[in-house]
Amino acid sequence: MNLDEISKALLEEIADITDTPSGAYNIRSNSQSIGRQSTENIEIVSKQGVSGLDIFIKPGTKGESVHIPVVMTESGLKELVYNDFFIGDGADVEIVAGCGIDNCGSHDSEHDGIHRFYVGKNAHIRYVEKHYGSGSGSGKRILNPGTEVYMEENSSCEMEMVQIKGVDDTERVTTAELKAGARLVVRERLMTHGAQRAISKYDIALNGEDASADVVSRSVARDDSYQKFDAKIIGNAACKGHTECDSIIMDNGRILAVPGLEANDVDAALVHEAAIGKIAGDQLIKLMTLGLTEQEAEEQIINGFLR
Amino acid sequence: MLELRNITFNVDDGGQDKEIIRDVSLTIPDGRLVVVTGPNGGGKSTLARIIAGIEKPTSGQILMDGEDITEKTITERARMGIGFAFQQPVRFKGIRVLDLIRLAAGKELSVLDACKYLSAVGLCARDYIDREINNSLSGGELKRIEIASVLARDAKISVFDEPEAGIDLWSFQNLIDVFKKQHAKIKDSSILIISHQERILSIADEIVVISSGAVDRRGSRDEILPSLIGTVSAVKSCTRAV
Repeated sequence: MNLDEISKALLEEIADITDTPSGAYNIRSNSQSIGRQSTENIEIVSKQGVSGLDIFIKPGTKGESVHIPVVMTESGLKELVYNDFFIGDGADVEIVAGCGIDNCGSHDSEHDGIHRFYVGKNAHIRYVEKHYGSGSGSGKRILNPGTEVYMEENSSCEMEMVQIKGVDDTERVTTAELKAGARLVVRERLMTHGAQRAISKYDIALNGEDASADVVSRSVARDDSYQKFDAKIIGNAACKGHTECDSIIMDNGRILAVPGLEANDVDAALVHEAAIGKIAGDQLIKLMTLGLTEQEAEEQIINGFLR
Repeated sequence: MLELRNITFNVDDGGQDKEIIRDVSLTIPDGRLVVVTGPNGGGKSTLARIIAGIEKPTSGQILMDGEDITEKTITERARMGIGFAFQQPVRFKGIRVLDLIRLAAGKELSVLDACKYLSAVGLCARDYIDREINNSLSGGELKRIEIASVLARDAKISVFDEPEAGIDLWSFQNLIDVFKKQHAKIKDSSILIISHQERILSIADEIVVISSGAVDRRGSRDEILPSLIGTVSAVKSCTRAV
């Protein structure tokens, strides 16, 4: 792959890629696919008519991975990409996505990625998505991910979605529909700083008996940033749903947590928890008694919280 | 050596000054284990927090090895060698026991070395080293981790604020052993324990009784302890350490 140093740094940040990844991959740089590999069990093909990929994972595929990172280093680029994952029955794979934008120019750079997952019966996926921004330009780094998950009976899906630094504006929308016995676990970690804005919206329908969803968001809002966490779980059967928003605010940060639970079945058990507050004074004091400065203590607390 | 000179600490109580500590002078020499006891509400914990720099005295001076540290921050005092174990340990989401022990030691301890401090306080290190210091830990577990974090500091003066509080009886015996071992090791450092426990008092070199914010009496264990037995200042573990 022919990549400049900034793109390499972005790739490492979002997907831990320092070399050609093993397994199936597609690397997209400035709206072009610059490297792709399919495997015997995982086929990656370009979509026709719209920008994006269809990724077919054969039933029963075990222990393989798919990397589809995106980097953007040209200021002013704006793209809308559709990636669809068709995960065969009984497969067990890891999917690593993520987008890094470096914007040194004055024009906004925007990547809107729509990921759709069709998870087959008894299949399991682990999905990791990291978003990161860098560059000193006045143009914004904008990421609007849309994630749709359609889960068949007894499938399971673990999603780790991380945005720690540098993304000026994001609106993340995640929807999921779960059939009987399906299990969705989401761990979201978010930090905003400067004048950033981040909105994260979930709409999860538990449609089958024993379906379950557990969505936990940990976030930190620093400086003048704003976050909105809007999580809705709808229980349409005997199911279990849990959402949690656990947030630290600092400086002039603002956070709005909107709980949404809708039970349409008497055996639906739905729970929402939310806690927003500044770093507890006794936590800072404890670490200071170990020799850390107040600032070092804050960093340790935040790093641990967002681990 | 730590020296408190004429320490006074007042708080605002509905517009009026209330004296919590009244003109306390104390010396904690190197190589000594000193236990401060006295009735609840007498100002013992406040005194410990003043030493750590968490509270600032209204008047008086604190000296460490002859240097005036009254104006030093918590961090500066910690770096000079003051260790402090909280009476009510703090919980952290995401910070693991290993992280805390490493921060306390101030260096990248190996997992094996970090485990030694947990074993020293009677915890099965393997079961705890990767645990988060969060609500999943019981009060007793937290307390032992807190004590381990202070042991890892290898401080010049280690202050333990009611280390027995919240600890079960089995752990309490273990705790006594921890202090005995620490005591045997100290030469140019010292230990200050705030405690009502007779068994902790019985391992002290020196006992200081604080009552109503002032030093009521002080002296060697043999001088002071007999007069405290059966009072609130020297409670037997079976009646209190739960």
